Amino acid sequence: MAVSIAIKGIKEGLLVTVGDGDWAEAGPTLLEKLREGGEFFRGARLVLQLGGRALGAAELGKLRTSLGDLNIQLWTVLSESALTGNAAKALGLETSLPKPPAVTPELPPIDPLEDGSEAILVQHTVRSGRSINFPGHVVVIGDVNAGAEVSAGGNIVVWGRVRGTVQAGINGNAEAVICALDLAPMQLRIGNAIATSPKRRGKPEPELARVKDGQVVAERWKPNEREK
Amino acid sequence: MGALVITVTSGKGGVGKTTTTANIAAALAAQNAKVVCIDGDIGLRNLDVVMGLENRIVYDLVHVVEGTAKLRQAMIRDKRLPHLYLIPAAQTRDKSAVSPSDMIRICDELRTECDYIIIDSPAGIERGFRNALAPSDKVLIVTNPEVSAVRDADRIIGLVESEQKGPPSLIINRIKADMVKRGDMLSIDDVLDVLAIDLIGIVPEDEQIVVGSNRGTPVALDEKSRAGQAFRNIARRLAGENLPLMDLDKQDGFLARLGKLIRPGG
Repeated sequence: MAVSIAIKGIKEGLLVTVGDGDWAEAGPTLLEKLREGGEFFRGARLVLQLGGRALGAAELGKLRTSLGDLNIQLWTVLSESALTGNAAKALGLETSLPKPPAVTPELPPIDPLEDGSEAILVQHTVRSGRSINFPGHVVVIGDVNAGAEVSAGGNIVVWGRVRGTVQAGINGNAEAVICALDLAPMQLRIGNAIATSPKRRGKPEPELARVKDGQVVAERWKPNEREK
Repeated sequence: MGALVITVTSGKGGVGKTTTTANIAAALAAQNAKVVCIDGDIGLRNLDVVMGLENRIVYDLVHVVEGTAKLRQAMIRDKRLPHLYLIPAAQTRDKSAVSPSDMIRICDELRTECDYIIIDSPAGIERGFRNALAPSDKVLIVTNPEVSAVRDADRIIGLVESEQKGPPSLIINRIKADMVKRGDMLSIDDVLDVLAIDLIGIVPEDEQIVVGSNRGTPVALDEKSRAGQAFRNIARRLAGENLPLMDLDKQDGFLARLGKLIRPGG
């Protein structure tokens, strides 16, 4: 079976790809093909793609000489075989095509839009017996009265009083938070932690409840000493 | 389109829906308005007793719904007030005998004939409540100054809002000024803080209510009764008057005057 030889012009010169097969057959076939090209290949710079074939320095040197006779310069040998690669290096041949100069990547444009996650807004008081259940976050503008239930996969924000049952991070997300202007729920759950409201002392203040070391803690919101 | 349909409801039982219905109806009728009361509590009727019309019942609401009686036949005229009528509930049936669309149909039929239709809702949030709510133009929520009644009122307000019935008004019934003062009873502000709806009246606790209910004479017709005065005020507010709320501290009974003599400034 004849060894396939493909000749193709590339930016760097002439790319010759030699298919699988015996070198004893492929070598002469290659030379024959180039000779057939006659004047066309004269003075060309050759890039030889040898695939996995193992060739020693002697064979490569012989090929270089034969090509030189045709006025073709063997410039680069591409090969997956270490033997061939070393032989080519020993002969002072290139073993890889020069990389195209690295293009400095353009700076991505600055996008001023913030991403967010999905939430629903409830713009009225949630009364006893009503419930809100949403896989994302829940925002209530109004109160959550005793007997009402709000549960969210994410966080719960109430711009008002919380007296009912609120549950954030229903899928076990302990990172969820619940915040309200006046947080005194019947029961509060974040992830798997449950808490009830302590007796209030003094005036209600905005608070944010989160889980710390498995315990629900409510922190007063102070504009000047916020922690991350 | 004629009459204003008022539904009196509360969620919780025993807070004074039926008493409120009877008294507001009597007070409105005493102002020469033509009023029809409908007892929505089928199976547990009371309004006829409180209005003192029990022995005159021949046909009831279920008869009208089923077509056995004409609406006119089921309307019982009050024995004192010529403009006041009652359509009683059936005692031997249950709420499923009437549907919300029946109530709407009956009220639409009555609208052209009177000024007010007042529906006494049963306790609860089931069929009877929904029947009473369906034809309503104005919902009055009755509550007592105690946590459980307020909780139920909150629930009812939520349901009324979800039915798009417009903002309901609140009546706080059975307030005891001295208990509020001692901090043993929710104050008007405490109740309004939770419910956050328009307050149309406050009614002081009054023993005369029990007497009036047993006799079938609404206290609204008793000039001396404090609760009666409170119900008359609510009726006037419903008619569009702008009245200040009753001063609960005002005690004008003999004992109170005696008390003031003994403890001046107390």
